[in-house]
Amino acid sequence: MNKVFHVMYDDDDTLKTAASQLVAKGIRVKEVFSPFPIHGIDPIIGVKRTRLGIAAFMYASTGTALALLGMWYFMISDWPMNIGGKPSFSLIENLPAFIPVTFEFSVLCGAHGMAITYLLRNGTLPGMPATNPDPRTTDNMFVMEITTEQNSLAAEALEAAIKETQLFELSIKDYK
Amino acid sequence: MQREAAIREPLILGDKSYKDITDDVVGPIQGPAPIGWKIMITISSIIAVYGVGCILYLLGTGIGVWGLNKTVGWAWDITNFVWWVGIGHAGTLISAVLLLFRQKWRMAINRSAEAMTIFAVIMAAIFPGIHMGRIWVSYWVLPLPNQFGSLWVNFNSPLLWDVFAISTYFSVSLVFWYIGLIPDFATIRDRMTKPFAKKAYGLLSFGWSGRAKHWTRFEEVSLVLAGIATPLVFSVHSIVSMDFATSIVPGWHTTIFPPYFVSGAVFSGFAMVQTLLLIMRKGMKLESYIHVKHVEYMNIVIIVTGSIVGVAYLTELFISWYSGVEYESYAFINRFSGPYSWAYWIMMTCNVISPQLFWFKKIRRSLTATFALSIVVNIGMWFERYVIIVTSIHRDYDPSSWGEFYPTNIDIGVFIGTLGIFFTLFLGFARFFPVLALNELKTILKSSGENYKKIQDKH
Repeated sequence: MNKVFHVMYDDDDTLKTAASQLVAKGIRVKEVFSPFPIHGIDPIIGVKRTRLGIAAFMYASTGTALALLGMWYFMISDWPMNIGGKPSFSLIENLPAFIPVTFEFSVLCGAHGMAITYLLRNGTLPGMPATNPDPRTTDNMFVMEITTEQNSLAAEALEAAIKETQLFELSIKDYK
Repeated sequence: MQREAAIREPLILGDKSYKDITDDVVGPIQGPAPIGWKIMITISSIIAVYGVGCILYLLGTGIGVWGLNKTVGWAWDITNFVWWVGIGHAGTLISAVLLLFRQKWRMAINRSAEAMTIFAVIMAAIFPGIHMGRIWVSYWVLPLPNQFGSLWVNFNSPLLWDVFAISTYFSVSLVFWYIGLIPDFATIRDRMTKPFAKKAYGLLSFGWSGRAKHWTRFEEVSLVLAGIATPLVFSVHSIVSMDFATSIVPGWHTTIFPPYFVSGAVFSGFAMVQTLLLIMRKGMKLESYIHVKHVEYMNIVIIVTGSIVGVAYLTELFISWYSGVEYESYAFINRFSGPYSWAYWIMMTCNVISPQLFWFKKIRRSLTATFALSIVVNIGMWFERYVIIVTSIHRDYDPSSWGEFYPTNIDIGVFIGTLGIFFTLFLGFARFFPVLALNELKTILKSSGENYKKIQDKH
């Protein structure tokens, strides 16, 4: 039977110290639940840097390309119109007038693409159930999740190591 | 842990813990609605209903019910549009630009300022919509394949740029706001005891659980969205100003317009934030989080942007004479001495003189003075748009077609109505939404909370 430990701390800095102590002993921390971002926890528990920024750049570049393609088609290729004598037969000559819409459309695609990717990758979507182990983790408590499955230590040894940290509460559950 | 200089005033007053922050923000949502709120929402909804009635009458009858005429074809409605868009600039400026500059004081005000932005942009969007008269064909502004031959919208026109700018600004602000709201909705969800409320906030919180990886992504998304929303703020009002600046109307045809409009927008936006927050902090007992220092910071922004606006007024006045173009020069002489000079002098007093009072520390840190001046600035900024729009076109090149504009009751009703809709939406927000970015505030408690700073000073 695998066991899952939910170790609760009442302070973000205490949790960070505890995580460092446990990781130094070779224990793997599976997850940390907190009401706000704990700066500096990611390298300790091995959370990699997100690539969402790169994704946003790609979405925005797609927006730029689409906007230019669209305006070339509407204004230059499909139906060029003489509007007050403005250049209307070449994309390059007409480009200054197309910059605002190109910019806006790039931002539109970049921002929405990134937001949608963020929600999908997080699995935070309308109707999704909450998965935090304790409702207090969205208030003032910080929980570290450690499983026997991910660690080579036996449950008793893990528990002993966890109890050496300045924890606030500990809950141990069995799971398959 | 981040440390802050001891001489900096704390941003969170009193002896607060993480739990206190949650309770202070979630408490009013859980409790019964205060009587003051009920009175205010009743009044604003009545006004909103009147405004909707005026809009429906306008749509049913046609825009002839407005005071527009052959000479002044753009007046009251576009004034309101620009005024509301301008107000809508503070929210994203506070949350995006101040985030990039790492200004921690933004955390107490960004949520409600963004809500204000979104509601103000909705109000702004009403005006060009109803000005079309046949609002049901408003989708014609989009480049959609259509049955009229290969007829596309004109991408050379600033009016079309505006369609893209306003819709992008609205939807990006909405997303930015909502992504910040998700963790705070989760906090409310976990505090709620009544099943319906729990279910509703559960739905709104998208199942947020506060995992470490999610927080990393959250911070990245906030930063990147702030990075792209910052130029967006500047582009939107620049484009609004180009609606005028690219025309050949004397008084409009100037290159100074984009920076002049953007600073005017920030100026009026901050004034509206002050008006709303000074009432909200009192009504919802948030004095520990939004206090004199926050108000002072905002007043400093008001001095800076107000002074830029003042310089812009004087510059355009000087250039109109220095250019040697008689039409341009007359447009400005007519502004300060013509039939609308009263509007010009209201604008000058409210926007140029009144913000300069904030150079005095006593006034800058006085909540009553700030509240009064914020309303003065809002009035002044409305008149700025009225002056720019109406005085420029009521007497242009051809004296035989000179005329004047008088608003009708419907003009006034629609404007007052948008104020009603705006306040109804904002009051709804204040009642059911987390009005402070409470989880973000917790990150600065240890570096900027009064109690923690005292402990830090002892060591």
